[in-house]
Amino acid sequence: MATATDNRIADSVRDAFIAALLVGVLGFFFLALRTEIAPGGLALSTRWGLWFSAIAIVFVIRLALNLFLFKANRPVRTGPSTFAKIGASLPDLSGWTGTIMLVVAIALPFLVTTFLPAQQRQFIDLMILILTYVMLGWGLNIVVGLAGLLDLGFVAFYAIGAYSFALLAHYFDFSFWMALPVAGILAAFWGMILGFPVLRLRGDYLAIVTLAFGEIIRVVLLNWYDFTGGPNGISGIPKPTFFGLDFGRGEGNFAAVFGIPYSTIHRFIYLYFIILLLAVITYFVTNRLRRLPIGRAWEALREDEIACRSLGINTTNTKLTAFAIGAMFGGFAGAFFATRQGFVSPESFTFIESAIILAIVVLGGLGSQFGVVVASTVMIGGMEILRNLGFLKGAFGPDFDPVQYRMLIFGLAMVLIMVWKPRGLVTTREPTAVLKEKKKIGADLVAQGEGH
Amino acid sequence: MEYFVQQLINGLTLGSIYGLIAIGYTMVYGIIGMINFAHGDIFMIGSFIALTMFLVLTSVLGFTFLPVVLLIVLIVAMLFTSAWGWTVERLAYRPLRGSFRLAPLITAIGMSILLQNFVRVTQGARVKPLPPQIQGGITLFEGNAETGAIVVQLSYMQLIIIVTTVVLMTIFSLIIAKTPLGRSQRACEQDRRMAALLGVNVDRTISLTFLMGAALAAVAGLMFLLLYGVIDFYIGFLAGIKAFTAAVLGGIGSLPGAMLGGLLIGLIEVFWSGYFTVEYKDVAAFSILAIVLIFLPSGLLGRPEVEKV
Repeated sequence: MATATDNRIADSVRDAFIAALLVGVLGFFFLALRTEIAPGGLALSTRWGLWFSAIAIVFVIRLALNLFLFKANRPVRTGPSTFAKIGASLPDLSGWTGTIMLVVAIALPFLVTTFLPAQQRQFIDLMILILTYVMLGWGLNIVVGLAGLLDLGFVAFYAIGAYSFALLAHYFDFSFWMALPVAGILAAFWGMILGFPVLRLRGDYLAIVTLAFGEIIRVVLLNWYDFTGGPNGISGIPKPTFFGLDFGRGEGNFAAVFGIPYSTIHRFIYLYFIILLLAVITYFVTNRLRRLPIGRAWEALREDEIACRSLGINTTNTKLTAFAIGAMFGGFAGAFFATRQGFVSPESFTFIESAIILAIVVLGGLGSQFGVVVASTVMIGGMEILRNLGFLKGAFGPDFDPVQYRMLIFGLAMVLIMVWKPRGLVTTREPTAVLKEKKKIGADLVAQGEGH
Repeated sequence: MEYFVQQLINGLTLGSIYGLIAIGYTMVYGIIGMINFAHGDIFMIGSFIALTMFLVLTSVLGFTFLPVVLLIVLIVAMLFTSAWGWTVERLAYRPLRGSFRLAPLITAIGMSILLQNFVRVTQGARVKPLPPQIQGGITLFEGNAETGAIVVQLSYMQLIIIVTTVVLMTIFSLIIAKTPLGRSQRACEQDRRMAALLGVNVDRTISLTFLMGAALAAVAGLMFLLLYGVIDFYIGFLAGIKAFTAAVLGGIGSLPGAMLGGLLIGLIEVFWSGYFTVEYKDVAAFSILAIVLIFLPSGLLGRPEVEKV
């Protein structure tokens, strides 16, 4: 017994030593040395302290993990994992929890203006941002989570929605409410155009082609200077009105008509309710569609395309509708983005944006709508928290800027969560077809995202 | 005519770099059937290691004889970049082997973002310039002011890139075709489970595949650095997609195909910029990717994939 323990400790130390050595090798050119632009070429500076501390930290963490977490002789677990149990006890959005969340979401801006008047603008802005990503996540969820088609170019439809509104407003003086359906329809149309040729492709090839399409759209927006304004973008996009009432100061505007004192926050609260409404519509439409034959066909397609075809499902139409409907919601979100910013430029629609939306869907658990809400709150909220970590400057020196670690942490989280829980954080899904009694399905049980 | 020849030379040079990166994609796809999305960033890591090593040798250790410096830089970059390739596979892909098909692609995207931002945080976001190291070249056609003919030159830099690529390609083709390692790689490619049953160490073979891919990406990184003289943390994204296009165009899983695809993509890009518009050269490359995948999914030299139920 004693020798077994000794062996384990020796193995752990050796393993930790190897890990530390590896970090030393990998980090040598990046942590220990740094090239800097100096007059007359590049200069080299060294940071041995950083390098040694990185090695030491990895050694300690790896050793601790080996000794305490990855215990070699632990009993084999049977039955559902802890996560599956937690997942099964999580609420789904169709029941009373959904209603409560909706009520909270409606009440939130009023709570914020009452209790946190100093930071109300910042909070409502953040909530608008989170809801935009929830909506985009739900839109992409139709394509990736339900139909099992990995789309890396979703941001293209977001861009098409945003530019549709921006261009319509710029050239034809469209208002937000007039342009919103047009933006959705145009995005859906482009979804079909782009979707049609690529539908024969298998999962990962499809992913790369959609990525290429996303980039093509962005490059065209960037270079079609006469029409889209190129890198300068389009500014002066009108704000949404409330049944023709503007949110400015003065006669005939929202505050004056309703007889309440004017405040700049009204416009933000209004924007918040618009995106909340759009997100709720996305949610309901998706949920209803899942109960229709087309929704069933999507999920069947995700599980096994060959079986689908042999059962007489028209896979082309099924995939196209998934693409088009997902794109339509992306387009709506894009039009909203344009009106919120008042300005669009190709910079907002890079690949990284697609990756963020995809990460929200994947980390939330493919196909889980509740997961999307959790993931976007955690990720977008988390990114905002990083902005506010200024006090860390005291600990790490004045050059420390938490914001630049944002994407680093984001990438790390994407890898770690995927390795640790490949099925996402919320691993259960609401069943679509119910036999007698409604039961949760653990995502471990289904082969999802094969899409071949 | 002279313009055409000059563009041809430029295209072949650029194509060699794409080809070297594309081999990494094609080998990994052949053996485990996943798109190693982070491979473009391994190329970027390679070029940063090459830049730093170059500075260490020239400004700290005071080496001046350029061929020796470049040789050391090449070897060091290959070794250290291989370590990165190995680690990426070990941490992000191996735990997901046997998971659902898209899982490794998603971690690969995460890894790509992670690597880019790691370099951005540790080395800074600004572009790193390196003055041209190898100057001069062989003049193929003299310019003529009267007829308007321009000077056509094959610079030594371009010559080195093309020759190195040809040499490395030959070595790697021989490794795949003749050595026991190559044999186990081909075995894993055909049927991983059967190979394992027959005593091939599958995990080790896959790790070595990543090592080889990363080493070639490091060579491409050094070439890119010397050819363009500027690198930043974002170069891996575009180069990666174009190299992937090259791998697909040549037929994924085929080594000569990757090289051929790389050369074609390089030529197309250069001729497109030369005769049409520079702005849309990326659109040209991306459109080719889409067109090839739709109409010719097995590429120029690839085997058609049989769908098994």
